[in-house]
Amino acid sequence: MGQTFAEQILGHASGRSDVQAGDMVVVNVDLVMMHDSLSPSIIETLHNELGAERVWDRDKVAVVIDHVAPAATVRQAEQQQHVRRWVAQQGISHLFDVGRGISHPVLIEEGLVQPGMLVVGSDSHSTGYGAAAAFGSGMGTTDIALALATGQTWFRVPETVRVNAVGNFQPGVSVKDFGLWAARTLRADGATYQSVEWHGVDFLSWRERMTLATLSIEVGAKAGIVAPTGLGSEHPVPAWLRVEHDANYSRVVECDLSTLEPQVSVPHYVDNVVDLAELGRVAVDVVYLGTCTNGHYEDMAAAASILKGRRLAPNLRMIVVPASSESLHRAASDGTLATLIAAGATIGTPGCGACIGRHMGVLAPHEVCVFTGNRNFRGRMGSPGANIYLASPEVAAATAITGYITHPRNVLQSTEQAVFA
Amino acid sequence: MPRIWVFGNDVNTDQMVPGRYAPYMLGANDDVRRYAFIEARPDFAPNVQTGDLIIAGPNFGCGSSREYAPLALKRCGVGAIIAPLFARIFFRNALNLGIPCFTADIREQVADGDLVDFDLAAGLITNNGSQIQLPPPEGWMREVWAEGGIVPFYRRHGRFPATGA
Repeated sequence: MGQTFAEQILGHASGRSDVQAGDMVVVNVDLVMMHDSLSPSIIETLHNELGAERVWDRDKVAVVIDHVAPAATVRQAEQQQHVRRWVAQQGISHLFDVGRGISHPVLIEEGLVQPGMLVVGSDSHSTGYGAAAAFGSGMGTTDIALALATGQTWFRVPETVRVNAVGNFQPGVSVKDFGLWAARTLRADGATYQSVEWHGVDFLSWRERMTLATLSIEVGAKAGIVAPTGLGSEHPVPAWLRVEHDANYSRVVECDLSTLEPQVSVPHYVDNVVDLAELGRVAVDVVYLGTCTNGHYEDMAAAASILKGRRLAPNLRMIVVPASSESLHRAASDGTLATLIAAGATIGTPGCGACIGRHMGVLAPHEVCVFTGNRNFRGRMGSPGANIYLASPEVAAATAITGYITHPRNVLQSTEQAVFA
Repeated sequence: MPRIWVFGNDVNTDQMVPGRYAPYMLGANDDVRRYAFIEARPDFAPNVQTGDLIIAGPNFGCGSSREYAPLALKRCGVGAIIAPLFARIFFRNALNLGIPCFTADIREQVADGDLVDFDLAAGLITNNGSQIQLPPPEGWMREVWAEGGIVPFYRRHGRFPATGA
């Protein structure tokens, strides 16, 4: 019997080659990620409850200031200062401070996350490390403190749901639509206690793959791993990590990308997904492009290609918060940023931004936001009276032009008509 | 007597404690306990008593990994949570904090506001004379509960639950 990616990686990390779904394993972790929002409590638990004086390996810990970056209040500024001092006192090698971006893309950009690694992070979207074919899993304060103290954690080896893609996207349709299709198909608890494998997307960059890997937690998954085939040479795949066709899957679903239409997740649940065409006219106040799910260079470029030479609809705001400084730099270098700004968008500091409703664009009651992120829970981005629709960067850009949720094709067609008129 | 608090399906951790009320956002002496279900169910935090039970639909605790969500429930004194399916990060965080979670669907057998007897060791709820037997948890879960959470468990045993090493 072959093994799933989860079985292969957990087997490798536990020193047992034969692990199967259902086994309990103790694993050595390759990297622990902690961010500003929870680091104070993790540090407290590590020292004061577990009684550990030092982290187990200062080279295998990454601290990222991304959740409120830069600080919005004196209290946050004090806590960030505390975290920086702790990093220096512990001699931790990897601190990514204000403006570097969201932990998940940053740690892959930095080469700290590689295929086959086992990574745990104090953030549920740590499944995002599956973009580089790592087993990434989100944990709470206490589990992360235990991992810092011991270099280990424990898992029940998960069953695996396999999601296959065939074909390629039509213009105006992209990987976000595939991810939302999967949420619609599997539902919010469809992969709880399981892992998700994504296959058939070799043509996507690792940043585009992160859309799928981060959305894996939205169907409940412990990890979401994109098949490592097609990854660039900067992400060498270990010989032991491979697609084994006789691996055992609890469920297999398949999506024909060539017939996929733009998908929209309607308030207030991520799996409340419809074809955009089924929506009536939904007027929008804010278009927000950002997050670890869809705030990457490719997402900004996709939006810019639609917004080029156009202006935002009257009374609509468009906020762009790049996922990382590397994405921001690339967008600044090739004119993508200039296109977005010329259209009327504004740019925030790379980081989590308003995704957690803390700063940089929180919503008022009754406001409607089209969001390229990953959660439309009530109150997620500010007022519990706001309405959040999740969509692709292409839909976000088309919506920014018209002021209501719009199929990118409608905007692209009117461009062609203008050209031929 | 413990009071029953009934919640719906897919209760996410943003509903338990919105990110805007995280300890990171609060004053140094503020207690996250005050913000349990502050928007989703504002009558909860002011009225919940030690030992009260949360009964919910499937996928309880989905979403963010924030441990301050179950921590707020623990500080409120919640005696146990009973739902047909728990989101895995929440389940793990609750175990780590020593909050008993039972996987069972008993929404048809209790109503919000019911006052019941609850025997944790036996997994038995008595509601107005009728008994509800909860399925027994894994032995290693009971071991963690008995220690009061994963930190005292690890300090005593030097290993993780359900594992030999």
